[in-house]
Amino acid sequence: MGFDADIPVLTTTVEKMVQWARRSSIWPVTFGLACCAIEMMAMSCGRYDIARFGAEVFRGSPRQSDLMIVAGRLSRKMAPALRRIYDQMPEPKWVISMGACASIGGVFDNYAIVQGVDQVVPVDVYVPGCPPRPESLIYGIVQLQRKISQQKLA
Amino acid sequence: MDSTAFVNSLREALPDVQFEHVPSVDLHPTVCIAPDAVPAAMPVLRQHADLRFAFLADLTAVDFWPREPRFEVVYMLVSIEHRQRLRVRVRLHGDDPHVATVSGVWPAANWLEREVWDLFGIAFDAHPDPRRLLMPEDWEGYPLRKDYPVQIHMRPHIAEPMQVTAEEFRSSVARDRLVRKQ
Repeated sequence: MGFDADIPVLTTTVEKMVQWARRSSIWPVTFGLACCAIEMMAMSCGRYDIARFGAEVFRGSPRQSDLMIVAGRLSRKMAPALRRIYDQMPEPKWVISMGACASIGGVFDNYAIVQGVDQVVPVDVYVPGCPPRPESLIYGIVQLQRKISQQKLA
Repeated sequence: MDSTAFVNSLREALPDVQFEHVPSVDLHPTVCIAPDAVPAAMPVLRQHADLRFAFLADLTAVDFWPREPRFEVVYMLVSIEHRQRLRVRVRLHGDDPHVATVSGVWPAANWLEREVWDLFGIAFDAHPDPRRLLMPEDWEGYPLRKDYPVQIHMRPHIAEPMQVTAEEFRSSVARDRLVRKQ
C-alpha cells in the first residue's frame, strides 16, 4: 500500500483490496443444529461480540451469507438440507465445522449421525471442543480471516 | 381399587378376552392380551361406561431379543373420568410381527404406530398412513431392534430432488385429505 502526502489517495492492488473486504465482512448464515449453536449465539452477543471482527451480521437467508458455521451434530436425514443451504450460498463461501460432532461425529458413533460434515460440504476450518467456547469459535473465525487474506483472485 | 380387583372388572366387561394380569414395578395395573384380541378389546376399553379409557397416553414397543415372543407393544391408557390408568401389553413373535391398528379408536395412535413401525418394524394392519416417521423413507432396517448394527457407517446422501414430481405432489395432497377426513 502506498501513500502520497500531496494528494489524499491510498494506492493498493485490487487483490489486497478484495481480500481485505472479504475477510472484514464475513456474514454467517443463521444455522444452528444442536448445543454448539448456543455457544455460537453467545459468540455473536455482547459479551464476546464477534462484531469486533466484522462477522456480526447473521443473515436469515443463505443467499446473503458467505460463511456457514455447522454448529452441532448433523443427522443423516438433515444432510441433504444442509447441502442445499450450502448450494444456495453465493460464491465465495466458507464453512467452519464447529465442535467434535460436526468434525468427526463426536460421541454419536452411530448410524444416524454423519461422521464428519466434510462428507457433505468442503470445510475450511475445524474448531475442536464439546462444545467449543465462544473464544474458540472466534479464534476459528480469525483463522478463517487469515485464510481468506491469502486467497488469490486468479 | 387395587389392580387385582380392577383387572377382574376388566374381565367382567370383556368376557371374550383373556386378560393375563402381569406384575409391574409401578402400581399401574398391567394386563397382557393376545394380538388377535386387540381389534375387539380396544374399542370397548375406550367406550365401556365403567372404563372410558379415552386417552392414549403412549404407544410404544419393547424388543426382548433373543427371547421369543420377541416384541411387546405397550399401550398406556388413561381414564380421565374414572381416574384410572391401565397398561396393555401385546406379545408378538419376531418373524413377521404385526398387530391391528388402533388409530381408528384413538387418532393419536397414528403417529405413534408409525414411529413403532419405523424403529421396530412392527406392522400395524390397516394403518391409514403406513410410512416411516423419523428415519429417511429409503432407510433399510429398523434401528431400535436389539440386533441392529448401531455403529454402521455409510456415506450420507447429500442430494435429494429439488422438487417433487407432479404425481408425488398429487398423491401427497390426496393422502393429506384422507387423513383430515378421519
